[in-house]
Parts: sequence; structure tokens; C-alpha cells
Amino acid sequence: MKALLNLVEKIKPTFSKGGKFGFLHSTFDAFETFLFVPNTVTKSGSHIRDCVDLKRVMTVVIVALMPALAFGIWNVGEQHSIAFGLDMTFIEKVWFGFLKVLPLIIVSYVVGLGIEFISAQLRGHEVNEGFLVSGMIIPLIMPVDVPLWILALAVAFAVIIGKEVFGGTGMNIWNPALIARAFVFFAYPSQISGDTIWIEGLNAAKANAMQTVDGFSGATPLGQAANGIVDFTTTTGEPLSLMQMFIGNMPGSIGETSTIAILIGAVILIWTGVASWKIMASCVAGALAVGFLVNGFAEPGTFAAVPAYYHLVLGGFAFGAVFMATDPVTSAQTEKGKWIYGFLVGALAVIIRLFNPGYPEGMMLAILLMNTFAPLIDHYVVEGNIKKRIKRSVTK
Amino acid sequence: MLKNIQLHKGLDIPVKGAAELKIEKSIVSDVVSVKPTNFKNLTPKLLVREGDEVKAGSILFVDKYRPEIGFASPVSGTVQSVVRGDKRKLLEVRVQASKTTDYIKFNVPAVGKATAEEIKKVLLESGLWAAIKQRPYGIVANPADKPRAIFVSGFDSAPLAPDYNFTLKDEASNLQVAVDVLNKLTEGGLFVGVNGKNASASPFSKLQNVKLYGFTGAHPAGNVGVQINNIAPINKGEIVWTIDPIFMVAIGKLFTQGVYDVTRTIAVAGNRVEKPCYVTCVPGCQIKDLDFLVSKKEVEIFDQETGCRYISGNVLTGTNVGAEGSLDFYSNMVTVISEGNYYEMFGWVKPMRFGKFSFSKSYFSWLTPGKKYKVDTNLNGGQRAFVVSDVYGKVLPMDIYPVYLLKAILAEDIDKMEQLGIYEVIEEDFALCEYVCPSKIDIQDIISKGIATMIKEMA
Repeated sequence: MKALLNLVEKIKPTFSKGGKFGFLHSTFDAFETFLFVPNTVTKSGSHIRDCVDLKRVMTVVIVALMPALAFGIWNVGEQHSIAFGLDMTFIEKVWFGFLKVLPLIIVSYVVGLGIEFISAQLRGHEVNEGFLVSGMIIPLIMPVDVPLWILALAVAFAVIIGKEVFGGTGMNIWNPALIARAFVFFAYPSQISGDTIWIEGLNAAKANAMQTVDGFSGATPLGQAANGIVDFTTTTGEPLSLMQMFIGNMPGSIGETSTIAILIGAVILIWTGVASWKIMASCVAGALAVGFLVNGFAEPGTFAAVPAYYHLVLGGFAFGAVFMATDPVTSAQTEKGKWIYGFLVGALAVIIRLFNPGYPEGMMLAILLMNTFAPLIDHYVVEGNIKKRIKRSVTK
Repeated sequence: MLKNIQLHKGLDIPVKGAAELKIEKSIVSDVVSVKPTNFKNLTPKLLVREGDEVKAGSILFVDKYRPEIGFASPVSGTVQSVVRGDKRKLLEVRVQASKTTDYIKFNVPAVGKATAEEIKKVLLESGLWAAIKQRPYGIVANPADKPRAIFVSGFDSAPLAPDYNFTLKDEASNLQVAVDVLNKLTEGGLFVGVNGKNASASPFSKLQNVKLYGFTGAHPAGNVGVQINNIAPINKGEIVWTIDPIFMVAIGKLFTQGVYDVTRTIAVAGNRVEKPCYVTCVPGCQIKDLDFLVSKKEVEIFDQETGCRYISGNVLTGTNVGAEGSLDFYSNMVTVISEGNYYEMFGWVKPMRFGKFSFSKSYFSWLTPGKKYKVDTNLNGGQRAFVVSDVYGKVLPMDIYPVYLLKAILAEDIDKMEQLGIYEVIEEDFALCEYVCPSKIDIQDIISKGIATMIKEMA
């Protein structure tokens, strides 16, 4: 440790302002603070500071994402083996999935962090940690077969247009990871919807005339619902139980299928206080409220008649409610506002699912829409506080 | 009947080095500093020159714009030097103390019959007026104002803060005189907040003519601003006054003995103090005189040698005065902790950081609830934009939206600042927000800037 510290100290002047590589100041600083918590001491105000920093907060979110990632990796192998009737061991499935998912993660981080470093450099700021989380979330909400160049483009779009133009982490209006997904959705719709993209190898199989197993369909349950099939089936045509949807061994975006893995993440986030339980709870409440309401009027045999709680395990609902609606920057920031915001995210997600025939998944659009309105919700909550204060003021 | 107010937000930072309830020594300083910088927004006008003889209670400098407010020497002796900084800014007046303290004898009226004007006159003459602060802004009160009420916090809940139940236990009679004096200055009465957990042990609980409130909860329950906000918030157009109990003792002495005697019992605490304890001294006494209490052992953190930080006040709101500095006018303690100028390899990645406390559960200090920590001044990260926006509200038991107020200040939006409650807060109320901030934003600085803007714009 001492040797490394000495080395860092030794080369520091070269990278400081005025040094030979002074223009790389931000980059050096990012690596230095990655290795060492710096020796900066408090200059003003409180002399002592909590040992938590943004790096740690982001680390917690990444840890919370791990169960969903791990399950997703296994599930990529599992779904592949089912689709092609392959007899794979657990290890083989994991290894297969790992090899498919790893490039997505690498591309996401390399492109995103690259842009973050460059923009920090241009501004002369320290490199912000925000992308550590976005960079992990983005691959998890993509179909496994998404071409890497599209992913790279989406990440670049999300970081530049979604975040840096507003001034970087903490200043953005929309969740950057969802911006990436929305970009793919609107720019390359065929890459993110349909029946052939959720399972590794299906697209290629069509081209190469490879054989899937008999009666195979790559449709996700949400995809089936959009086509009016409400007796959800697995890819091989067996009935798909609620429990299986909860566990998540079904096709879908890499990290979003397993509600149980996501719930483990939710527990970590809530316990550490990193994400708001109020948003998660009200989001579920909103979905159930609309779901049950619609259930009451629905004709039997339609998607609207599917019991409301199915929405919680379908598609990206759980992942969105736990990891994306709760983004502290883009969600409502007042405690009352969080209840309203979360409720509307859940309600809108289900409304979009049920009443928008064009696109079966409503979570992404619901969160992005509510991101837009979160400041408005907060405005009214804060306005209430202001009104109270004006009311009791002695002079006008 | 004691009204108890339970506060649910806040944080008691478990800091090691609390003072043992024992008065170790009475400090007699050779040199005492009186510092205009202790008084927010003060432009001082110097009245003495080097070599002048002064007594305890002699005015050394006055407020240039309110010349009736004077600032006195706590000891008698000769003016040793006048220290100035950049642009000849007056930094401190150093008084070489004489062997025995020679007090000016003030003519004090009998408290029962005195009018408000007579009382103000004595307080102003003696220099004790500076002890009374006003809200909004936390500056020395204006004698021409009629405050809505006067508020006193009867306990200090800050980390390692002195226990007033101990330091003021023999001062009940002086406190009672001060209560009667202060009651003359307002029609709204004198509100005292005591620690709800042991209210009966407080010297305030036995006093007459006070409106007593109990406060239970973690720090900042003992902050007078938090207490005001929970009893009756300050409204636009109103002024309330606040005073610390240590100055009420001085008011008691002034009106019984006719002297300016601000001697106080302070805590000397922190992990670099060998045996944390209490001492009696006057404000302006030199930190050097307390040095015998500070441990001489070298301290290494992660194999890197660290020095001491000498703080006049507590770790959250005090001033870094350095080893050559002196006790601030309003301080009730001196804290000595380690400087944090060390590197910690992969500090933020380590699953456990045993030596460090965190309010956030992202570290595991919640597993050891009773543990006290050796704190240091490391920032523990780099400065960022506001990201985790809901953490501040958890440690601020006031009806205020902290991030919105801070952003209004940064945007210099006067109307918004006013609407969001700038009149109700001063820096110390936001100290815990600053402590817990994962973005390492200097929040007290921002509040300070906001208050300065308001003073300028509202003048």
C-alpha cells in the first residue's frame, strides 16, 4: 500500500495543473480517488464528516443489482438451452450467459465512463460516480441479443443527451438508463420488441435455419398479453404459473425477469436507506389500484381481466419500481411527493400496458413521464410549506 | 407543568473523548484575546491602543454602525497588541492580564424595579449585550428592537458538549436574576428548553417566570433554533432573541455584583485530549494554556502521522483556531481531534471500516450501537452535486425543506429564501445535514452566504 501511495504521490505533480499532463487532471484524480480516499480535510463548517460518500452509495446500488444480474446470467443460458433443446448443466448455462452478458456490461461501461471522463475533463470537474450504477442498469434492461453497436449508441445518447447536457450527475431530469432504453425503443424498435429478441440465438437461428424445439415461441408473457393471449405459457407451450413468473425463469430483458432477485436488491436498498421505500410501496399500490379497478370492468379472457397482482411480476415492473423509479435525482424529492410520484408511476405503467395496443410494456414510459412531472409534484408540496409560512407571517 | 416535545429526527454522533464530570483546573491566562471575528456581520471600531490600561468590563471596540454596542475585555491589564489581517482587518485585541482581575464596578439598578431601558443601558455599558443574539440571522441583537420572546436552550446536545446540569448546578441564583432581567426586555416571556430525559436535574427546572419546555431526541434537539421552530416558529417581520445559559450566569453576576465576569466552565474534550475534563476560564483564553491536557503521543492513522485540530466549540460548528488560537466568545468547549490528512486505500470499497461511524447503513457501524469513535477531519470523499436528496431531512427536525432552501440560496433568489424559511435558521441548525451529506457539500457555508445576502438586501 505504502509503495503504491508513494508512486501516486510521485506522479501527482505531473498530472496537476501546470504539470506536463495537467490536462488529464480529472482523469488522474478519478483513478487516485478510486484507489485511495483522498487526504482532503474539512475546511469550513463541520469538522467531521460521515464516512459515506457517493462512491459508497453507488456501490450499494451495484451490490443490490447483483442478485438480478446473477439470475439474469443464468437465465440467459437456461432460456437458450430450452429454446434449442440443449442439455446443459447449471455451470454451462451460467458460463454461456456470462459470455453473452459480459460484452454488454463492458460496452456499457467503456462507452459511458469514457464520455463521463471526457466531459469531466472538459469542465475541469472531478469525475462523477453516477454512471457506475447507470452503466450496470443499462445492460440489465436490454434484451440479451441487442447488437453491441446499438447498445453503444444508446449509452452515448443517454450520457450525453440524458445527463451531461444538464450538467452531469445530480442535474439530470430523466433517469439516464431509461433514456438509453427509450433510445433503442424509438430508434431501433425491432431490436427491443417482438418474439425473437429475448432469447440468445433466436435471431441468428432464423438466419441460419437452426432448429428450435417443437412448439417453441419466444414471446414473453407481456408479449403474449399484447397479442390477446392471457393464459400465459412458457416458451415450450406449458402453462406459466405465477410462481414461475415470480422466480423469473422466462424470457425477458436480462435483469428484469426475476422478481425474487429484484426483491433481494430492494431489501438491500431499503435497509441501507439508499432508495426510498415510499416510492416502491406506492408504486406497487398504484399498480394494484388501477389493476383491480380495471379487473372490475373487464371482460373475462382479456388482458384487463388478468388479476392485478400479475402486473407486479410481469415485464420490467419490479425492476423499474425498485431500481429506476427510486433514482434520488429524477424522482420526487419531498417525502409527500414520493407517495404521489410512486403511485402515479405504478398506475400509469398498468394503464399503458392495458390501454396502449402499440407497446406492451408501460414501465419505462411511466417512469420517464413521471420523471418529467416529479418537479411539478415537488413544487406543489413545497408550495404548501411556503403558503403555511406566508400565512403566519406578521408583515407582508 | 413541563410540556415535552419529542423530536424524531436527528443524530447523536458517537464521538470518543467525552469530558469526565470533574473540574480539573481554573485557567488563568497571561494573555486574553478579544476577537471581532467572533461576532457575525460586525464591523468593529477600535477604542483602545497598545499600552492602554484596561479593566475587566472596559470596552475595547464597538460596532461601527451601532456604536452603543461595545465589546469588553474579560480581564484587567494592558493592551498588549492589536492584530490586524489583510486590508488592516481587525482580527484580535490581545490584553496582557494583570495578576489579579480588577473589575469595573457598574451601577446596577434593582432588577425588580428597573425599566427595560435601564437594564439595556447596563448591559450595553458592560459589554454583556453582545451575549444576546437575534433571530433571524444569529447576529448580536439590536437594542432598539422589541423581540417577540427570548429563547434559551438549557442543554447542549452537540457531540461531546458540556453538561449544563453539571457546569451550572451551583448557579441557580444567578440564573434566576438573569431570567428576571431578560423578562424585562420582552413581553413575550422567556422560553427555556430543557432535556426532556432528565428535566428535573436541570438548574432551569427550579426557576420562576420561565416557560419551560422539555425536548427529547437526538442532536440537534438542544439547538435553540430547533426549539424555537418547534415551540413557535419565527415569522417574517418578527424578531426573537436568544442567549446561552453561560451568559445568563454572567448577567446574574452583573446585576448582583455589578461586574463583567464572563468566567465559565468549559469542557475540554476529543480523542486527542489525554483526560477529557472541565476547566474554568474566560473567553479569549489561549489554547496553549489548555495544552497540558492534550496528549503528546504521536498518532498514526493508516501508518500516516496526523496532527491535532484545535476547535473552539464543538466538532460540528466550532472554529478551527489552531494551537496558537484562543477560546471564542460564545464557545462552551474546546475539542481536540486528529487531522484527517491521510490516504485510505480503497476506503469506500471496504465492506467494513471499523474505525469509522456512518449515519448511513451502507457501512456497518449500525451493528455496534454503543461504540464511540475516534473522529478525524478527513472529508471522506470528494465534493459532488446534490444527489441523495432525502438524507438531509432525516437530521433536521424543523418544518423546512433543506435542499430547496439551499438551492434558493445558491440561486440568490431572495423571495424564495424568505418563503422557504431563511429567517428561521442559522448555520448550526444545518451542521448535521453537512455531516451526513454524501456529496460533501459545505452546507453551513451556503447558509452563511444566504444570511449575508439577506442582511445586505434587507438593510
